[in-house]
Amino acid sequence: MSATLRRTPLYDRHVAAGARLVPFAGWEMPVQYEGVIPEHLAVRSDAGAFDVSHMGQLHVEGPATAEFLQSMLSNDIGRIGDGGAQYTLLTNEGGGIVDDLIVYRMAHGHYLLVVNAGNREAAYRWLKDREPRGTEVRDASDEYALIAVQGPRSLGRLGLGEAPAFTHAMGDVDGIEVMVCRTGYTGETGVELLCPADDGAALWDAVLERGAVPCGLGARDTLRLEVCYPLHGNDITQDTDPISAGLGWTCALDTDFTGADVLRHVKEDGPARRLVAFVMEEKAIPRQGMPIEGGGEVTSGTQSPSLDVGIGMGYVPAGQAAPETELVIDVRGRPRRARVVQKPIYRKES
Amino acid sequence: MAGSESYPDDLRYHPEHDWARVDGDEAVMGITWYAQDSLGELVLFDGPEVGATLTKDEAYAEVESVKAVSDVIAPLSGEVLEVNQKAVDEPETVNEDPYGEGWLVRIRISAPGEVEALLDAGAYRAHIAEL
Repeated sequence: MSATLRRTPLYDRHVAAGARLVPFAGWEMPVQYEGVIPEHLAVRSDAGAFDVSHMGQLHVEGPATAEFLQSMLSNDIGRIGDGGAQYTLLTNEGGGIVDDLIVYRMAHGHYLLVVNAGNREAAYRWLKDREPRGTEVRDASDEYALIAVQGPRSLGRLGLGEAPAFTHAMGDVDGIEVMVCRTGYTGETGVELLCPADDGAALWDAVLERGAVPCGLGARDTLRLEVCYPLHGNDITQDTDPISAGLGWTCALDTDFTGADVLRHVKEDGPARRLVAFVMEEKAIPRQGMPIEGGGEVTSGTQSPSLDVGIGMGYVPAGQAAPETELVIDVRGRPRRARVVQKPIYRKES
Repeated sequence: MAGSESYPDDLRYHPEHDWARVDGDEAVMGITWYAQDSLGELVLFDGPEVGATLTKDEAYAEVESVKAVSDVIAPLSGEVLEVNQKAVDEPETVNEDPYGEGWLVRIRISAPGEVEALLDAGAYRAHIAEL
């Protein structure tokens, strides 16, 4: 019940702003302020701010950390230097996905992993149980607040200079020292600002004062689904593999991370099913768990605020995965037509 | 955006957050301010066909927001005479004006005795205060 739900350092701000709070992954989080649709559109056109302090931060330190993480994470960690960041997967022996995360290289022998709120304990435990002598995995999640500011005007509103995506550097926003990460989960230009938990509320106030619209988890979900970023627990799980999920690009199969041998076989043989993106051809909104005719299943679905049509992702047999393939989705007993599309579903007009 | 909370005195209410405006042997029906507020911005109204038979206390339509889907429960039994095309084409109308332009269906009442069993505005307000 609510007594056991955790609260971020920004909780009082959310209550004061009249946000609608819901339980999410053990946290009491804002699902919306003004409304999912205006928040979504603010991020696509200007800038929105999200409290993502529920996400976990794991520090991994020691002289052999790079070698250890190379053996645990799917992507080639050797490709990032100090100030670099990388999207990568923590995999199990079967090639399943324990978590998807972003790893930041802080210094030689020191990396920061930002993991999903719902997988914080699992990811920490997985790494802690395997850490070699001389390497330390430390869960520092409670020490930080994390605020994502996303949208085409986000950097300008924050007074931050341009920087390439997947980099990070120390910076400041109105005198508050933050780690500025050029990363996000919306498909827009943006940053994620990491600061000590005690500075979180002041940073939130500063970001809103600069004109970013406060956004909840509802808009975060519609934004990420339009650009086909997978959500762990929906689209990818401990029992799904990255090749079938279209995340082969995150897997350095020439390295020996956990489960790599299984994934090499999946890639050689071709996956039996694939995670596809689709758009509804009839008026209906797909939802997680709806069957897709032919043996598939919807893993994420919503009404796209940008396109004003039902969209989703789901696993289908490989023979149904080509773009333009017609799908039939069982919407509470009623068959509704959809069409497989290239990812991402939403592309910015240029 | 949604207007402010209200439950007009001239309507009758069903505890599942539906209203009926009775006029002779016809009634216009919709969902209450509380229902649209709980759901959030509506993006789809999947209504019945004209001529369909509605049964009191049973679902006759679905409304969906970005995050959720909900059945719409019939406060009265009857035959559907008209479906509000504006609610179909612009479901956000239901948020903006749930008792006016955001009505859902107009029916011919088949069991007039059911009207008396519905809540008046005061009883409905008391009902939602306990939720």
